[in-house]
Amino acid sequence: MSEPSLKSVEPVGVPSLPSSIAQVGTITKYELLNYFRSRRFFVLLIIGVAISALLTALVAYYGVGSFAASALGFYSFWWGNSITLVVILSGIFFGGDAISGEFQNKTGYFLVGNPLRRSSIYIGKWVGALTASLIIFAIYAAIAVGNGIYYFGANIPYQFGQSLIFSVLYLIAVLGFTFFFSSLFKSSSMSILVTAILLLFAFSLIQVIVSTLAQVEPWFIITYASGIIGNVLTDPYPTTQTVRGGFRGDTSRVFAVSIPEGIAILVGYFVITALIGLLVFERKEFT
Amino acid sequence: MSSPSIEAVNLSKRYGSFSALSNLNLKIEGSKCVGFLGPNGAGKTTTLKLFTDMIRASEGKALINGILVHENKKKALASVGSLIESPEIYPALTPREALSMVAEIRGLPRSERKKRIEEAVAEVKMEEWLDKKVGKFSKGMKQRINIAAALLSQPEILLLDEPSTGLDPRGMSEVREIVKSLKHKNRLIFMSSHLLNEVSDICDEVAMIDHGKLLVYDKLGNVVSRFSGDGGAIIIDVGLSRDIDDQTVSRTISSLPGVISAEKLEGKNLRLRFSGGPENQERLLSDLVVMKIGLISFHPSSSALEDTYLNLIKATL
Repeated sequence: MSEPSLKSVEPVGVPSLPSSIAQVGTITKYELLNYFRSRRFFVLLIIGVAISALLTALVAYYGVGSFAASALGFYSFWWGNSITLVVILSGIFFGGDAISGEFQNKTGYFLVGNPLRRSSIYIGKWVGALTASLIIFAIYAAIAVGNGIYYFGANIPYQFGQSLIFSVLYLIAVLGFTFFFSSLFKSSSMSILVTAILLLFAFSLIQVIVSTLAQVEPWFIITYASGIIGNVLTDPYPTTQTVRGGFRGDTSRVFAVSIPEGIAILVGYFVITALIGLLVFERKEFT
Repeated sequence: MSSPSIEAVNLSKRYGSFSALSNLNLKIEGSKCVGFLGPNGAGKTTTLKLFTDMIRASEGKALINGILVHENKKKALASVGSLIESPEIYPALTPREALSMVAEIRGLPRSERKKRIEEAVAEVKMEEWLDKKVGKFSKGMKQRINIAAALLSQPEILLLDEPSTGLDPRGMSEVREIVKSLKHKNRLIFMSSHLLNEVSDICDEVAMIDHGKLLVYDKLGNVVSRFSGDGGAIIIDVGLSRDIDDQTVSRTISSLPGVISAEKLEGKNLRLRFSGGPENQERLLSDLVVMKIGLISFHPSSSALEDTYLNLIKATL
């Protein structure tokens, strides 16, 4: 055993710590580094590129006229139909076990013993997940726009810009939601499974049951609110309709979420789940 | 610089009906190393987790340098380095990156970070692994990086939860040397351990806990003399290469400094009851060598601290 370096063992007294915002930045930076080094980011990137490649091949093979007659129709077909899946996958991949993994894998023990607020860890990880998701989102959007320009020229409809903004809002809400669920569990696989089931199947199923059988507008479901992403690419913007149908010719209503309503639901989801998730993580014990 | 301190005031932690820690009152102040001993489930890790805000107290307060940990964690832990329950590091990161993250969180000046990280890693003998991914590391290697992370900010208080866990004998010895080298530099070290020889070798004071209750906290020597049940005596087994006459045993060896009694065992062995610290043991060994009685082994079979520990823990069963 050689003599330990004494230069490094003198105590330095109470150091001046960075601000909590700076510490959030540090957590985000290393969270992103961890994502880029792990397979997770690249698997999602490959999925996003594969979906884009499939759509590109379909349009090239059958001809753009088979899918859309106008630029707006093209973006509705391409973006409106698929971006919600990319957003949900981002939420599951980057948010599903973001907090639960810190407990199960014991990586949280490396961080929480340091002089920083737990909220800085939570927010830093959330910003990291959002940034990683936005990178994939941007690549996906670039491929969609590239195809749109190829077939319909550089005249991109303004509704696509709106849809992009709504998609980012949906991503923010989904990540808030998945982080909240992740903070409830201590098992990574359980939190990933629950958020995947909820976002991929359960919400859609509940939405159908509530709107068609109970005839109640499913305003409380996040996937219903995401309808604004596709609706805004439809001209005219769809509205809630009363239609006649069914066995006995009964009338029923087909609900279409309006833009203000959709934005309110998404913002509400984000604010509520982010606050509760933060609170849960603040109180959760590293037993 | 004021004296570093940690203090538990009526600190309790319950999980349902199970009391993991019960009304712990303990104030440790100054530059010293305090060993925190107790059997599994005694409340050692619970106490350390309360001091690092990993769990919340059911009752009472944990203070570091007079600052309430739960209410003002960031300020309270500013001068604390901790190692609790062998944390895992993101497997995709290298030690340099993981330690850079800690350095940035702790606000180490940018100009010093590289040097400090390299020094801390050198301290735990992991220089060759500085830029390899942690995911490939063994448990012991990760523990060394965790120790480096605790030392990185050169804290005035170190909270260590069984720091030798997962290390091979060489690693354990190295950790002991590191902790020893950190002592007496206006630094307070509070270290839980199962290894009584480690505590008696490193620590100045000892706190013993069982069933969530503090049994004793005092200087190591005082605890041993009060509770060992044998006045602090230890047993030393001595192996010889040849027979030795009874008179040498009863007169010469029995009268050596610190020796309370000497007894001939079967074969060519002796058993000595001995009282004294490591320096006196060294002297005894030297005296026995000088006597040319064919000494081939010298083995303290039971330490005074072990006797003390067993007496105290037995009393609470």
